[in-house]
Amino acid sequence: MATYRELLEQTKAGIREVDARGARELGDAAWVDVREADEWQEGHIPGAVHVPRGNLESRIETTVPDKSAPVVLYCASGNRSAFAAQTLQQLGYDDVYSLTGGFTDWKRNGFDVTMPQVLSPDKRTRYSRHLLIPEIGEEGQLKLLDSRILLIGAGGLGSPASLYLAAAGVGRLGIVDADIVDETNLQRQVVHSLEGLGAPKVDSAKKAIAALNPDVEVCTYRERLTSDNVDRILDEGWDVIVDGADNFPTRYLVNDASVWHDIPVVHGSIYRFEGQVTVFKPREGPCYRCLFPEPPPPELAPSCAEGGVLGVLPGIVGTLQTNEALKLALGIGEPLVGRLLLFDALATEFDEVRIERRPDCPVCGDQPTITEYVDYVQFCAAR
Amino acid sequence: MTVVRVPPVLRQEAGGAREVEAAGGTLRELLEDLNARLPALGARVYAQGEIQPFVNVYVDGEDVRTRDGLETPVRDGSTVILLPAMAGGSLAPLDGVRSRAAEPPSAGACRL
Repeated sequence: MATYRELLEQTKAGIREVDARGARELGDAAWVDVREADEWQEGHIPGAVHVPRGNLESRIETTVPDKSAPVVLYCASGNRSAFAAQTLQQLGYDDVYSLTGGFTDWKRNGFDVTMPQVLSPDKRTRYSRHLLIPEIGEEGQLKLLDSRILLIGAGGLGSPASLYLAAAGVGRLGIVDADIVDETNLQRQVVHSLEGLGAPKVDSAKKAIAALNPDVEVCTYRERLTSDNVDRILDEGWDVIVDGADNFPTRYLVNDASVWHDIPVVHGSIYRFEGQVTVFKPREGPCYRCLFPEPPPPELAPSCAEGGVLGVLPGIVGTLQTNEALKLALGIGEPLVGRLLLFDALATEFDEVRIERRPDCPVCGDQPTITEYVDYVQFCAAR
Repeated sequence: MTVVRVPPVLRQEAGGAREVEAAGGTLRELLEDLNARLPALGARVYAQGEIQPFVNVYVDGEDVRTRDGLETPVRDGSTVILLPAMAGGSLAPLDGVRSRAAEPPSAGACRL
């Protein structure tokens, strides 16, 4: 039977070690901190990911999927990371290093150290189901708490979006809506309630969000989005726009403004039993004008107020939009960029069609011909 | 025969049908056939030998504008989707929208 010392020596003989200076020259290596959570929280090497040694085998393949890439493992002094390096070699990682002297020696050399932001115990409890998902975790939750999402409309689509974004812990929600809550809204606009009848929708929504999650700051804009106020509102700084407007002038206005402000838009629209969802991400995919260069004539463009809508449909489409908005805020998954998702509630069918950026698009194309706001009502009425 | 998916706003023109059938080896032939079978629907989508600019047409999930337009081949068993833009969401309908109208700054917005 080997003693700890003998085992450590045998292990170190079978792995590669690198000192702090040498490790810094490894370029694109993935840095993995294998210490315990309390040690990580007292500071770590910038850019490192935290995988405690006890979870190493189960988590490393999701954290560092590329087994041929260089990996630097470190602990406090270089012993736990030596055992961890042996484990990674057994898992098929072929360019693994253990940092000699560990984090202690790193600090002694005067190299940079990141002091992580951490969630308070009450936030850790509230968001525990997010923290358990490797793709989100503490880092992702902190990102959500730091993100800013603007909702155009607090109606059918904005209702589920505002509730789920607030529940998810999005740090700041902006809501643009000029309307008042009335009885006909309550069939589908679940952020509002009887108590809110007659009140501005932005105030009613703010109250519901505050009751759900006080971590969320709500910025209300009780005004209709126009060419005159759109820059003021967008200049306040938003990571994602969730578009739930009910008319074409606003759709085209949101599009042009988002391209010029470089903010991705999660688009959703509904009518009777059918919905459409997509993501317009400036420079990476098409914009709304690439998809629909021209609005339809008025007789082919009834609103839900004229044509009706199944109450749960905005719930389905609005939550699909929320899913896209959260992915964009977290930087995970495959957003619906360049893909238009069609949902038919009667058939319970999803279809997907491909949409491409048009090089001749007047707003996001190679030689834009529209470079400032136009009269959107006139643009849409002229058809 | 090819299945043509009719969008909700055009179902009245298709006698309420969600899907109709038409025949043709290319999209042009198919739309000509659709015009003959259901003139009211056909005219909304295809007029004077052109696809109406506000309607997108997808053959098997691909926008025909990115393929061969009206000459895009259509197979038996293909699905053709007709898709005009839908506005619906949550704000007031079109007649309630003013553009470039002066609005007072909103009272409760966050001050950054």
